[in-house]
Amino acid sequence: MAQMTATLPERGTEETALITGSEAIAVACKLADVDVITAYPIRPYDTVMQYVAKLVANGEFDCEYIVAEGEHSQFEIVKHASACGARVFTGSSGVGWMYAMEALTVTPALRIPMIAMVGNRALDDPGAFGVEHNDALTVRDLGWMLVWVDTAQEALDTALIAYRVAEDRRIFLPCGISCDGAFLTHSQAMVKIPTQDQVNKFLPRYNRADLLLHPDNPITVAPQANEDWVMEIRRQNYAAMERVPGVIREAYADFERIFGRKYGNPFFEEYETADADVVIMGMGTLSMPTRVAIRKLRSEGKKVGMVRLRWFRPFPAEELAKCLSRFKAVGVLDRDFSFGSPYMSGVVATETRAALYTDTISKHPPVLNFIGGLGGREVTVPDVEKIAHELYEAAEGKKKPATQWIGLRE
Amino acid sequence: MGRLFAVEIVYRGIFQKTLAKNISRGIVLAASLEGKPGTSFGRYGDSPERNGIPAKYFAIVATDDLTLEEGMAKYEPKEVDITVCVDDTLCKGVESWAWYGLQPINRLTKAGGTLIVTSKEPPEKLMPMIHQKQDPYKLAVLKGIPSFSGLWVYKDDHTDVRILGAIAKLLPDMLKLDSVKQFILHEWNDAVKVQSATNSYNRITAQNVSPSQGNPEKPFQFELLKWHEMRDGVSIPCIAPGHKMDDPATHATGGFQPARNPTFKKWSTRTMRPVIDFDTCIKCTLCWLQCPDSCFDVTPEGLYDANMEACCGCGVCEAVCPVKDCVTMVNEVAFKDNSSQWEAWRKNKDTYNTWLKGTIANKADRSHGFRYKGQYEEQTPEMLEIAKSS
Ligand code: SF4
Ligand code: SF4
Repeated sequence: MAQMTATLPERGTEETALITGSEAIAVACKLADVDVITAYPIRPYDTVMQYVAKLVANGEFDCEYIVAEGEHSQFEIVKHASACGARVFTGSSGVGWMYAMEALTVTPALRIPMIAMVGNRALDDPGAFGVEHNDALTVRDLGWMLVWVDTAQEALDTALIAYRVAEDRRIFLPCGISCDGAFLTHSQAMVKIPTQDQVNKFLPRYNRADLLLHPDNPITVAPQANEDWVMEIRRQNYAAMERVPGVIREAYADFERIFGRKYGNPFFEEYETADADVVIMGMGTLSMPTRVAIRKLRSEGKKVGMVRLRWFRPFPAEELAKCLSRFKAVGVLDRDFSFGSPYMSGVVATETRAALYTDTISKHPPVLNFIGGLGGREVTVPDVEKIAHELYEAAEGKKKPATQWIGLRE
Repeated sequence: MGRLFAVEIVYRGIFQKTLAKNISRGIVLAASLEGKPGTSFGRYGDSPERNGIPAKYFAIVATDDLTLEEGMAKYEPKEVDITVCVDDTLCKGVESWAWYGLQPINRLTKAGGTLIVTSKEPPEKLMPMIHQKQDPYKLAVLKGIPSFSGLWVYKDDHTDVRILGAIAKLLPDMLKLDSVKQFILHEWNDAVKVQSATNSYNRITAQNVSPSQGNPEKPFQFELLKWHEMRDGVSIPCIAPGHKMDDPATHATGGFQPARNPTFKKWSTRTMRPVIDFDTCIKCTLCWLQCPDSCFDVTPEGLYDANMEACCGCGVCEAVCPVKDCVTMVNEVAFKDNSSQWEAWRKNKDTYNTWLKGTIANKADRSHGFRYKGQYEEQTPEMLEIAKSS
């Protein structure tokens, strides 16, 4: 913490700091000059609230910082503040996120550009601190944009991009930024801190415009409406979500121009895929052991690649399907579960299979699902090697189960 | 395909919910005694109900199960053999809180179908309130005061069985009197109720209504917006603040008239409305202050004019007014339009005061649910008397 505050850059000079993913998000909040932040402690999200609190206490960051009496109020407060034109930030983890569920549900329909950090955590029971992606994924049908980041640098950059996209009048949708508990929230890395000038150039002020809740703009928000209106209201949110990919592309292009950092395809990152026979796909920090394993496998002559999905909502179906259809087999590594789902698979595998089932794709590689890393368990390099082995066998036409659990004591 | 029958019961929310349910269930249960399957349901959009707001119950009966399914494949019937209107003030139309615009009471009544109204008024008095209909249909008036109860109390004045008796007479293919009687005995084991149903069966008559008869006004309606025409964020513009009032006699301006909801007119949500004696008003502001719907326009001279685009007919203004007979609630059947009383008074005080006195003196029974202890005990014998006499 001390390091971070000591190394925060002066206006106009980009500096580097050794900070965690959570600190990186807190720094992004400061740079974005967020107006209202609400908090309620739950691990691992609470690291962000600590860093924000420290920035505020040190006089480095001027915002309304409210510690609510529970997550439901925490999300409701920022929802209302955002309706009144404030740039907002909040977040939670695991069952804390679930406790806010009613507030999470109403936020997208009201077109609130709330940015929330989800420090991914296993859902109780058992009470476990470690990462699982099921918490953030519960809102996948509700109109939230959802993005998974991999490094502290990506966390900071993505937070700035998220504000830019969410607060675009064409969008006005909330965005959840998922950071793997412990692996990202609690590990420090060298992060380039953008300058305030860069951020100001990239991120316009939030303008709630015609939806501003203010006496000068008298509107009623969220009235009762029955079957005569509900379909039209849902269709409006569909239209907003439909516009997101275009706005994301604009934002990443501008980001690259202003900050000089390239993310390539905003929706998913490809690693060693150019000549790959088989690829392993996943979200978040799973990429670390995967990259290492891929380098090892390649030294043994196995052409394995990786696709790391960043934006889960909106799901980049067409582009992803086009990419995946190039390979002989695809392994999806899910750090989540969806009990009773088709083929008892994880959420990402199920959505990926659905994305591939389209008439624009003629070649459908086998998609094997691997459930692993639950509750924060490490996915090891040998685990990834085993996945690659299974994929090669599937590519050769060998019958494989649709879903396998890896790293399980059996 | 066999034959499908549909009946709608238009009632005043809360006050007549049990009554409507009894009629609707009675139709289905009595028809089932003849081997006809059926279903009975309240219109979902009317729930949760509001006091006095028009609402609907539907009974659908068929000669066989497959035909019934055809009837149930629709959210609610698009046309009905019989419309039952259990409060005559509803003849002015139906404006529920779940749909938009004023629907004529006979909108769903089939060509050749029947509108049954419970009323003490003769058909000639009701006809001008009922909107004209392109196709001929029939009107049957079942004599009685509107049977109003509360949410937790039911006034058993036999209106339910009298309607069933009338339906058996008007649509015997759906329901025979014997089945109605059998159903009543099974449900209530009450011979007097059986007698009431029989009396009504014997007495009810229907008269033909031609397309030229009735209220020629085009009922108020508006277009629902398309999804891309609507504001997003589940937001709607607030109603604009309001403006000064114009005195029709002197053209002086002053006071304050709040702007009102342009789409929900409340014309048919009330069963009675206040009439005001502007000459005795002491400008105490109590009606303006206490009205739950902010109905009172403040006139340039500081009087209070109840605006009929907003009034739900609750009677609070009458209850709080400290001056005797300054505010009097009068049954809606006495009014032809929704115009301003104050403007009429300003234009010609003598004419207005004559109208005022006449309207108060000859007012029809008021009705707005259960209002005082002993009310039902007072009303029930009267209704039983009506039911018994033939
Ligand atoms: S009856 Fe009187 S108090 Fe009630 S809504 Fe009408 S004007 Fe207001
Ligand atoms: S309550 Fe009666 S006396 Fe008082 S302002 Fe209203 S109408 Fe006049």
